[in-house]
Amino acid sequence: MAQEIIEVPITGKILSVNVKAGDQVAEGDVICVLESMKMENPILAPVGGTIGQVSVSANQVVSPGETITTIDY
Amino acid sequence: MFGLFETGFASFTWGNGVMLVIGGVLLYLGIVKKMEPLLLVPIGFGVLLINLPLGGLMETIVEGRIVEAYAIGGEPAGLLSRIFHYGLVWEIVPCLIFLGLGAMTDFGPVIANPRTLILGAGAQFGVYAAFFIALAIGFNIDQAASIGIIGGADGPTTIFLTNRLAPSLIGATAVSAYTYMAMVPIIQPPIIKALTTKKERTIYMKPQLRPVSKLEKILFPIIGAIIIILLVPKSAPLIGMFTLGNLLKESGVTDRLASTAATALIDILTILLGISVGAFMSAASFLRAETLMIFGLGIAAFAASTFFGVILAKLMNLFLKEKINPMIGAAGVSAVPMAARVVQRMGQQENPRNFLLMHAMGPNIAGVIGTATAAGIFLGMLG
Repeated sequence: MAQEIIEVPITGKILSVNVKAGDQVAEGDVICVLESMKMENPILAPVGGTIGQVSVSANQVVSPGETITTIDY
Repeated sequence: MFGLFETGFASFTWGNGVMLVIGGVLLYLGIVKKMEPLLLVPIGFGVLLINLPLGGLMETIVEGRIVEAYAIGGEPAGLLSRIFHYGLVWEIVPCLIFLGLGAMTDFGPVIANPRTLILGAGAQFGVYAAFFIALAIGFNIDQAASIGIIGGADGPTTIFLTNRLAPSLIGATAVSAYTYMAMVPIIQPPIIKALTTKKERTIYMKPQLRPVSKLEKILFPIIGAIIIILLVPKSAPLIGMFTLGNLLKESGVTDRLASTAATALIDILTILLGISVGAFMSAASFLRAETLMIFGLGIAAFAASTFFGVILAKLMNLFLKEKINPMIGAAGVSAVPMAARVVQRMGQQENPRNFLLMHAMGPNIAGVIGTATAAGIFLGMLG
C-alpha cells in the first residue's frame, strides 16, 4: 500500500480540519482549510484513500513543509 | 411654498431610473454575490445618491453659477464634488491607496522567482492592444490611453491616468475597471481554458519557493523605486507610494504605520473613492454611447491582457527545463489577489496536488507594478 504525505504548501493559519484519522476520502476532497494572504485556501486530497494521523488543528499557525496528514491508498 | 416642484420627483428622469437600476445591480453584486463588496457597495450607493435629483451632492460653481454636475475647472460646492475634486482630481486618494496596497503586499514571490516579473509585464500588452483599438474606432489619443489602461485591471491607476489625460471619462473608465476587477472570476477562466490544454493546466509546480531574507525584502522596494522611477519618471506618484507602503511593512520598525496604511487608511480611502466614483455616474454623464463603448473596450482590454499573459507563459515554457503552469500568466493582470485566486482555484480543480497561489502572486504583484509603469509611459508620452 502506498502512502501520500500531505504537506503545508504556504505559511498560514489552519481555519478548519475536515477529516480525522481513519476517514475515507476521494481525490479532490477537502482535507483542511488554510488561511493565507487573506484568502481561504482548501487543501485537497491528491488521491483517494484512508486518512492517517492528522497533525494539525484549527487555529494552528503552520509553515511550509509541515505534515498535515497522510493518505494510504 | 413646499410642493411637488420642490421635491426631487418633478426632476426625476427616465435616465435617473435606469441609473438607479444600475446602482441596484452594483449593490446586488456586492452584497448578495459578494463580488468585491468593499468597492461595489460604496460605488453602487454613490450611483443611487447622485441620481436622486436636487440633492446637490456634485454641485459645482462655474463663473458664479451653480451647476448640478461636477464641472472641470469649476469650484466644487457639494459634499461629493468636494471629495471628488480634492481626493481624485488632486490625485491624493488613488496614490494613497497605493501606499496601503504596498503595505499589504508581500514581494516575496517576485523576489524568489523574478521571472514572474516578465509575466506581469506581458499581461500589459492588453493595455496597448485596447489603446490601438480605441484609437482605430475614433477616440482621441488621450482617451484611448485612459481606456487601454482598464486592461491592467487596476482601479487606482485607471483613475490616476484618466484624470490626467481624459477627465471627462473618469466615471466610465473607473467603474469599468472596478467592475471587471470584480468580475475576474467570471471573465478569466474561459479565456484560460481556451488557450491551454488539459495537460498544460495540470502541470505541477512545487509549492515551496525559496526562502526570501528580510534584507532582500527591505532592499526590493528601495531599489525597485529607484530603478522604475528613473526609467519611467511619471510613474513616481503611484510607484513611490506603493514602494513606500511596502518598505513600512518590511522594515520591521514602522509596524504601526504599516498597520494603519493597510487597514484604517485604505478603508477610509476606499469609501471616499467608491462613493465619488459612483457619484460621477449621473444619468447625464453616464448614459451615453461613449460610455457603452468604453465598457466594451474595457472588457476587450482585460481579456487581451489575460490572453497575452497566458501566451507569454506558454512561450516561456518553450525555453524552460522545469515547465511553469501557463495559467499563472493570467495572474499578470493586476487585480490583486483576485487573479491569483482564480489561478489557484483552477489549478486545484485540474490537479488537486497543485497549489499555485504563491506562483500566481508573483505575476499578480508584478502586474501592479506593470500597470502603474504603463500609466507612467502613457503620461510621459501624452501628459
